[in-house]
Amino acid sequence: MSRPVRFNIHPTESKISESISMTEAPEGYAGEGFFSARLSDVVGLARKNSLWPLPFATSCCGIEFMATMASHYDLARFGAERVGFSPRQCDLLMVMGTISKKMGPVVRQVYLQMAEPRWVIAMGACASSGGIFDTYSVLQGIDQVIPVDVYIPGCPPRPEAVLDGFMKIQDLVGQESIRRRNSDQYKALMNSYGIE
Amino acid sequence: MTEHHQHHIKLPEGSIEKQTTTLNVGPTHPATHGVFQNIMELDGEQIISTVQTVGYIHRAFEKLAERRPLYQITTLTDRLNYCSSPLNNMGWHLTCEKLLGVQTPKRVDYLRIIIMELSRISDHLICNSIMGVDTGAYTGFMYIMQYRELIYEIYEEICGSRLTTNIGRIGGFERNFTNTAFTKLEKFLKEYPAALRELENLFTRNRIFMERTIGTGPISAERALNYGFTGPNLRAAGVDYDVRVHSPYSSYEDFDFTIPVGKNGDSYDRFLVRNEEMWQSLSILNQAYKKVQEFKGAEAEVFHADVPEYYLPKKEDVYTKMEALIWHFKIVMGEVDMPKGEVYHSIEAGNGELGFYLISDGGRTPFRLHFRRPSFIYYQAYPELVVGGMLSDAIVVMSSLNLIAGELDA
Amino acid sequence: MALTQEHIQLRLSEKFGDLVSNFQSPYGMLSFEASKDQNLKVLQFLYDEADLNFQFLTDLTAVNYPDQPGRELAVVYHLHNLKDNVRIRLTVYTDILSPDVFTASKLFSSANWMERETYDFFGINFVGHENLIRILNVDEMDYFPLRKEYPLEDQTRIDKDDQMFGRG
Repeated sequence: MSRPVRFNIHPTESKISESISMTEAPEGYAGEGFFSARLSDVVGLARKNSLWPLPFATSCCGIEFMATMASHYDLARFGAERVGFSPRQCDLLMVMGTISKKMGPVVRQVYLQMAEPRWVIAMGACASSGGIFDTYSVLQGIDQVIPVDVYIPGCPPRPEAVLDGFMKIQDLVGQESIRRRNSDQYKALMNSYGIE
Repeated sequence: MTEHHQHHIKLPEGSIEKQTTTLNVGPTHPATHGVFQNIMELDGEQIISTVQTVGYIHRAFEKLAERRPLYQITTLTDRLNYCSSPLNNMGWHLTCEKLLGVQTPKRVDYLRIIIMELSRISDHLICNSIMGVDTGAYTGFMYIMQYRELIYEIYEEICGSRLTTNIGRIGGFERNFTNTAFTKLEKFLKEYPAALRELENLFTRNRIFMERTIGTGPISAERALNYGFTGPNLRAAGVDYDVRVHSPYSSYEDFDFTIPVGKNGDSYDRFLVRNEEMWQSLSILNQAYKKVQEFKGAEAEVFHADVPEYYLPKKEDVYTKMEALIWHFKIVMGEVDMPKGEVYHSIEAGNGELGFYLISDGGRTPFRLHFRRPSFIYYQAYPELVVGGMLSDAIVVMSSLNLIAGELDA
Repeated sequence: MALTQEHIQLRLSEKFGDLVSNFQSPYGMLSFEASKDQNLKVLQFLYDEADLNFQFLTDLTAVNYPDQPGRELAVVYHLHNLKDNVRIRLTVYTDILSPDVFTASKLFSSANWMERETYDFFGINFVGHENLIRILNVDEMDYFPLRKEYPLEDQTRIDKDDQMFGRG
């Protein structure tokens, strides 16, 4: 099969050297045979480039997520190749689509089953704030039941927007302090949601 | 077994005495189909009974529609079967035109057919490739999503949006199709047949796929009709009912296409029927594109019917004529009164007969709007299709039925 | 011989007399009304008769007319004769205090969930239905949301200012 798709009808050749970059090493002190850096930097670098997402897809945003995972707007190049559906094995809960009041306890249960450290993306207008559905049966944003790290607006957000949101999560993960999950502020946040 | 989150799970009758396993194929699905729950009672691998719970994405469309003027309801219909939003939009506009008594010009009909057949192809592509994924074959999905991107590009050129398109207006389209749109359509028509042939080669005579799907979830034509099946699922059972042929709308009678029909109504037949429908859609697209190109001169600029109450007037008129200004204001603020009446109109959507039952009492918003959603109606038959079979067959049957959660719960 | 609307009306009036009434034809579809206790008999008649042959239930839903005392809830059946390609609409009115209508789920399997949905939204009690419980809303809901008296939005929200949204 010939190379299938060029989406610009006046395509320009692109130089490979402009579209690939190398990650910078964390700042640290190097010497002969050793390199010392902060533990949180190294751990953050490792974690952010190998996040395992859990696509909690309920509606239209799920189809846009499928388009993001597919080969054109590849999410795998950010390290999220392995999507899992078991919360016990995933770090990143991506809630995509409208969450109704019937589904709220299910989202909460899935969040509780995830192990620390865990992050949450609310993708789309419905997950962020209820979207266009201001009705009796729709939860007006998943932050009513679980704490959210990144909100991606859009209805549905373009795959580029999803990738941008994912990169923001990567920034959060890379810069997170090792002690964050044990800090008082985090405990207060969890208590405000009723999670121990 | 913890109790705190299982408020929807009731153990089936007598399952403890019979020592059968109760499995919650729960709302969070590993197959990205949408949120439905099945509580299956299993004896080993065989399914004894299954009870479905739906409503996990109930968004109260019908109540919302009573609050919104006609144009704002198009955005609701986008989110019914979101794999093929333009089809739902066109169906809704056709219903409104039936209520208002608007006759659209031929060019508008042909352009609408182009959009509708493109979305039918994109819907069937998702269903067939996900059926492959559920049997373990990821490659077909990856290859074919590239071609869905081409379809998205065409939508984007016409209406600006990829997935929830809100395409078209009552009476036609908001702007004429640009030359870029036609160039992209030509590219699609040229490149897509090879991709569809490749998808067929991957699955149709693939021994593993055939053994996984032949004989799973069969349904006879009489039971299918009694369950209210329509669309590819009914055609796979042997009944050639297609709304495009039986009650043609939007000039479908000018086109030459066949209705593929299966024999046993099992998952393999459903796959083949959808596959063949994609070829038929391609042929309709080619015919429609040729017909559109035959309009020359002033006729080629026609892209909407004359519906002053619902179609925004030209900006030059809005700035110079009083009447156009008033209509512009009324349309944008949603203050146009509908004629009184009760109308039911249906189209052939990706999953079957999508019907719109609209009751208007002469106000600005519908008095009652009901969507006849095909997925909701044929999901009732799911226990009859899978009981007695094995768990892995049940998953394949679910994906072969093409259940879309947005359409199921509305 | 093609099945015409006059023929259907004639057969129905012959069999049921004035229990069927209000024959109209809005937008080309024959619609008529039957009395509440006859709905199953009318459906069965339309199903069994060889020249009527309405064996496909396209849609089953309800409408709430709060301004018609004694006839507040209407159950609407859309039937389709696939062979002759004829559609008809049957409406059955019931009052809101005792909304009991016989179930069509023994005749049409597709009516099963459609009646559950209608019960969920309007509270119509389908007599004889095997499993008449809520289907789309949460089980704990104690009112019937699509009736006109109830609002669309969730009334327990505290973060939304109704004045700003035109609902003050």
